[in-house]
Amino acid sequence: MHEFRVQVGPAAFRIGSAWRAPIAQMAELYRDYPHPDFTDFTVRLEPAGWLRRWLRPSVAIGGDYMLPDAAPLPLAQGLLAAEMAMNLQMALGWRRHLLLHASAVERDGRVLVMTGQSGSGKSTLSALLGARGWRFMGDEFVLLDPESGDAVPFPRLISLKNSAIAAMQASAPDARFGPLLDGTPKGDIRHMVPPSDAIARMGQGGAPALLLFPRYGYPGAVREVAPGETFMRLTQASTNYVALGEAGFTALTRFVTSVPSRAIDYQSGEEAVALVEKLWERLA
Amino acid sequence: MAVADPQTLYLAEPADARIVEPLDMMTLIYQRRSGITHMVGEPVPQMLEAMGGDAVDAATLAARLAASFDLGGQEDAAALIAERLAELAELGLVERVAGA
Repeated sequence: MHEFRVQVGPAAFRIGSAWRAPIAQMAELYRDYPHPDFTDFTVRLEPAGWLRRWLRPSVAIGGDYMLPDAAPLPLAQGLLAAEMAMNLQMALGWRRHLLLHASAVERDGRVLVMTGQSGSGKSTLSALLGARGWRFMGDEFVLLDPESGDAVPFPRLISLKNSAIAAMQASAPDARFGPLLDGTPKGDIRHMVPPSDAIARMGQGGAPALLLFPRYGYPGAVREVAPGETFMRLTQASTNYVALGEAGFTALTRFVTSVPSRAIDYQSGEEAVALVEKLWERLA
Repeated sequence: MAVADPQTLYLAEPADARIVEPLDMMTLIYQRRSGITHMVGEPVPQMLEAMGGDAVDAATLAARLAASFDLGGQEDAAALIAERLAELAELGLVERVAGA
């Protein structure tokens, strides 16, 4: 069994794999992250069947928390399997913060949170802003501290999909990228290492100051979102709201009643960045 | 639909059994016992507040609410409140008092 340990924000992972390749890829991409002794979660990449380690190898995900019917991935997508497994541990197992399926960037100690379904562009937008003077905090999960109300970073590798891959390679030519994973269930995927300040400052949270619901592919528009609608959408965007009980309720109502919220439609990254800057200036 | 009998007595949980958070067009009620978040509109928060710790029927509650709000015809109001009380009992936010 090959093994690798990594700390992402407050969470520490141990990844074991029957194959060397995915571990070597992770070690390279996560080389600037802390490598902790003690871990919160264990993830295992295992052969889907006993012969599958050598014959058309496919990767099944195992770990502390797992989905029983997750389909195995080809070995070439082992890195994706590991990332998916780490996300799964957070989504199902994390209890120290309220977890929002969202991306986040920070400026002057204040945090912009962006949430939306897959394809909304929240991940690409956070990567773009991270290359434009904002501190990247995470493209998948935002962790809300129930005590302070702060957003805590979870800056795992940025998962770029399809057209976002070329767009980010043009916007951040000096960034490090993982192998191109083509033909995954979500199309082409390429992981990008977050900017160095995102990794160096991954222990520092900030007060949430603006919430956006981006939507890619529609003519530019901004709409105010009332707290009631925001609350409903965020309970759907949280994987552990119910599990946290009263702490989750308190954290979420505090967020919803103190942070202004807007839905934005956009058709290009440039347009979105300009919209974000304008709204941040006015509201945050 | 819940059965609404105007004679039935209802009791709300004590105020500290829930957290009430008014947002724009709805009010959130977090029920500590069940861990369920209820999203409710008017007049539910006002009803729970007016019930206090007493077992009340719909007419009594309508009279209490009429002191603070314009309910229009009080008889219609009592019928509507009886319906709301029956719904709240289904949600577990109030209880039918045994034997009533």
